[in-house]
Amino acid sequence: MMERKIKRFTKWKFPIYLNRRQRALLSVFFAVCLLVAVGIGGTLLESRAISTSLTERNVPPSFEHPFGTDWLGRDMFARTISGLVLSIQVGLIGAASSVLIALSLGLAAATWGRTADRIISWLIDLFLSLPHLVTMILIAFVSGGGMKGVVLGVALTHWTSLARVIRAEVLQLKSAEFVQVSRRLGKSRWWVASRHIFPHLIPQLLVGLLLLFPHAILHEASITFLGLGLSPHQPAIGIILSESMRYLSTGMWWLTVLPGLALLTVVRAFDRIGDHLHLMLDPHRSQE
Amino acid sequence: MQLRWIRFLVMKVLRLASLLIAVSVISFWLVSLSPVDPIQAYIGADMLRVGTEQRQAIASYWGLDLPPMERFIRWAAALLHGDLGTSMIYRQPVAEVIHERFSNSFWLMASSWILSGIIGFVSGVIAAMKKDTWVDKMITWYCYTLVSTPTFWIGLMLLIIFSVWLGWLPVGLGVPAGVLAEQVTIEDRLRHMVLPMLTLSIVGIAPIALHTRQKLIDVLTSEYVRFAIARGEQGLGLVLRHGLRNIALPAISLQFASFSELFGGAVLAEQVFSYPGLGQATVEAGLRGDVPLLLGLVLFSTLFVFIGNGLADFLYQIVDPRLRGGGKA
Amino acid sequence: MAILEVENLSVSFLRYTGMFKQQTIRVIEDLHLSINKGEMMAVVGASGSGKSLLAHAILGILPENAQMSGMIRYCGETLDPVKQAALRGREIAFVPQSVNSLDPLMRVGAQVRMTAKGKDPIAKQREVFQRYRLPENVERMYPFQLSGGMARKVLLATATVSDAQVIVADEPTSGMHADDVKEALQQLKKLTNQGCAVLLITHDVEAALETAHRVAVFFAGTIVEIAPSADFSGDGERLRHPYSRALWSALPQNKFMPISGVQPHPNEVREGCLFAEHCPLTTIDCKNKRPEMRELREGMVRCHHAT
Repeated sequence: MMERKIKRFTKWKFPIYLNRRQRALLSVFFAVCLLVAVGIGGTLLESRAISTSLTERNVPPSFEHPFGTDWLGRDMFARTISGLVLSIQVGLIGAASSVLIALSLGLAAATWGRTADRIISWLIDLFLSLPHLVTMILIAFVSGGGMKGVVLGVALTHWTSLARVIRAEVLQLKSAEFVQVSRRLGKSRWWVASRHIFPHLIPQLLVGLLLLFPHAILHEASITFLGLGLSPHQPAIGIILSESMRYLSTGMWWLTVLPGLALLTVVRAFDRIGDHLHLMLDPHRSQE
Repeated sequence: MQLRWIRFLVMKVLRLASLLIAVSVISFWLVSLSPVDPIQAYIGADMLRVGTEQRQAIASYWGLDLPPMERFIRWAAALLHGDLGTSMIYRQPVAEVIHERFSNSFWLMASSWILSGIIGFVSGVIAAMKKDTWVDKMITWYCYTLVSTPTFWIGLMLLIIFSVWLGWLPVGLGVPAGVLAEQVTIEDRLRHMVLPMLTLSIVGIAPIALHTRQKLIDVLTSEYVRFAIARGEQGLGLVLRHGLRNIALPAISLQFASFSELFGGAVLAEQVFSYPGLGQATVEAGLRGDVPLLLGLVLFSTLFVFIGNGLADFLYQIVDPRLRGGGKA
Repeated sequence: MAILEVENLSVSFLRYTGMFKQQTIRVIEDLHLSINKGEMMAVVGASGSGKSLLAHAILGILPENAQMSGMIRYCGETLDPVKQAALRGREIAFVPQSVNSLDPLMRVGAQVRMTAKGKDPIAKQREVFQRYRLPENVERMYPFQLSGGMARKVLLATATVSDAQVIVADEPTSGMHADDVKEALQQLKKLTNQGCAVLLITHDVEAALETAHRVAVFFAGTIVEIAPSADFSGDGERLRHPYSRALWSALPQNKFMPISGVQPHPNEVREGCLFAEHCPLTTIDCKNKRPEMRELREGMVRCHHAT
């Protein structure tokens, strides 16, 4: 007798058989919980983040100060959380702007005729021919640094691949039979767009945003670390980490390691949500 | 046969020229919009002590009192003669600064490019071959985590572990401090290069491994591999015969497209270790408003990325028989 | 003497229905088949009925999310995945349906040579190419350079060079010109004269009848009748199963009469005979009890009422 067993879609010894999608949902749930906790924490801990205390300087991680304190006696945990919230906000605005740019240009390229398409494709190539960081440094310089520069930099560097994807999707949809049939049946352009094209695009946009977002946060942190981003008065993660460099040789490792780990975890959480969503929505891989 | 390559080269050169022109126009225009006062950036804190005539003199020395169009034309004209202007920070011709810095960065980038390329590729292949086993899970977990990690933080961690705690490797710079130039050995240079190189490599492995893994999985689930299995092929032989050939192209294009990320990573790694390379120069130029240097670096990085993509295209032409010509029988 | 026997074969897949639930879909159910040495058996049935999966199951190359149960015997020996892996390409060969089964970056000659056993693969490959009237330069071509017909011949060649005892051909002639079809099937017939057994999966009923010794009729995931090809003549009176008769009548040169309705979807689970809905001979019995495969005259049939 030849029998191939059903694959046990679970890695634990639990008597629960979860299929891949259910596991994905579970991990997304945990990720979302984490991020909500960070958000709430940010608002609650705001005051603790800036309050200095001369008596408790340079304290390594302890029960009272889970991430230790810095040279001004500020609680590192509170600072980290505030920094994360700030980075997330900046990243979100930047990513959202990027998605908007990508959407407009992608749609335009696919629907405004060949010249528009050529120009926009050329523009995409142009932006792709410079390393992200160089473009961001240039833009940060041009806008005089600060929040504006960072958001602009993030927005202007991340739109390219998503624009390409949207352009390809819309082009494909335009020539799809069901769209042509709709048009022949006399439906207006708007009707066709809202019933056929947008439903296809929305998942792509959502996934694009969720996958772009972690990159935006990382780039923001990098630019701020270099000194070209948010001002030192705002406790962004990049600032925290660049300041910590000065104290490395004095052995205050917690100023670097822990905030970095926190950033990593948050970015990873967003990445995970984006990945799983992508897996569920991509028809080629959705049956795994 | 020769004609084809000549055509290829000519097209590439034309594209490069048009690209550089576009980039220079756009970046010059952007820079002229900057609210940063270049004179202030140049003088720095001593601004208050400098009188108006002094500032005028400086402005006219650097040509900053002319209208933007004229400045651009002067700059572009000089460019065509190979003169990129003079760096305000380093008081040297920009071309020289770039040349010097690039020789430092070059070894750094080249070694980590090769290292991360090889390790990334091999890990990707192993992960795909052993899909869903713990080896695969470990590799993908590692890569996914790494992709979410900021490059500079990895650098900082390496610094903490190897320089501060273990004291094995130097804390920064390109050469030992306080040592005369003639007395710096290759070994010294290498020692200073190790940590930044490791930083770049560690980060570079992740996207390559993930991409390779996905592509190889696609190949291994393709129809022709299924037929190969039906013909009795199996194991490592199967992967080597069919897998490698078919992922070579995506692997090549990914590897060369990573020139762009490489540059960005170098900027961060050099900053952490104060390594005197091109990346650090870019940051300085941006922070201190050194316009000629910044523009020169922008153009250079465009060239750099272009060469990477150009090489990828070239290799594609050689490897893929479908592009080599020969139509349907 | 039966060289390949399939008993009680069932193949099902796990699929996502809705967002998060999974469901098992049975594509092949309780299939019986046996082929003798030197015999060509055609498996005919509607497109999309799961015939290719039968081929994949025999060779052991079902996709990862497939579940299989049942027994397959080769030369009397029961097969398991290990034995299948050993027999593939050597004693049991496969001729796939599409050109995409060839590695796009490898020359076709090299690919054919890989299955050739023996001391001189190159000579063997050249000889087979000659037999199929493929010009000499074809062996150095890449798959994208081949025309449809040439690609088919190359695929056929991969099976022929291997000196396999059983060849499973999955729609080897679909889309081919009528003359080429005849020729390809004649080549396969010649192989049977040398003692090879051929399982020909096709939906081209007429061509199959000309060359095959026996015909197995595939319907809704199982084989409903196995008959000598001579039985397909006249009005189809000698056929045993109502579906086979309907199939025969539906051909253009016969009555050209279609049956009402469509094939049952694999999702539908039913107690009785799957053909009950369309069958002129249905009784209450048919709706409740699934008929077993039984021998009748010189063939086999799965029907309560067959005589």
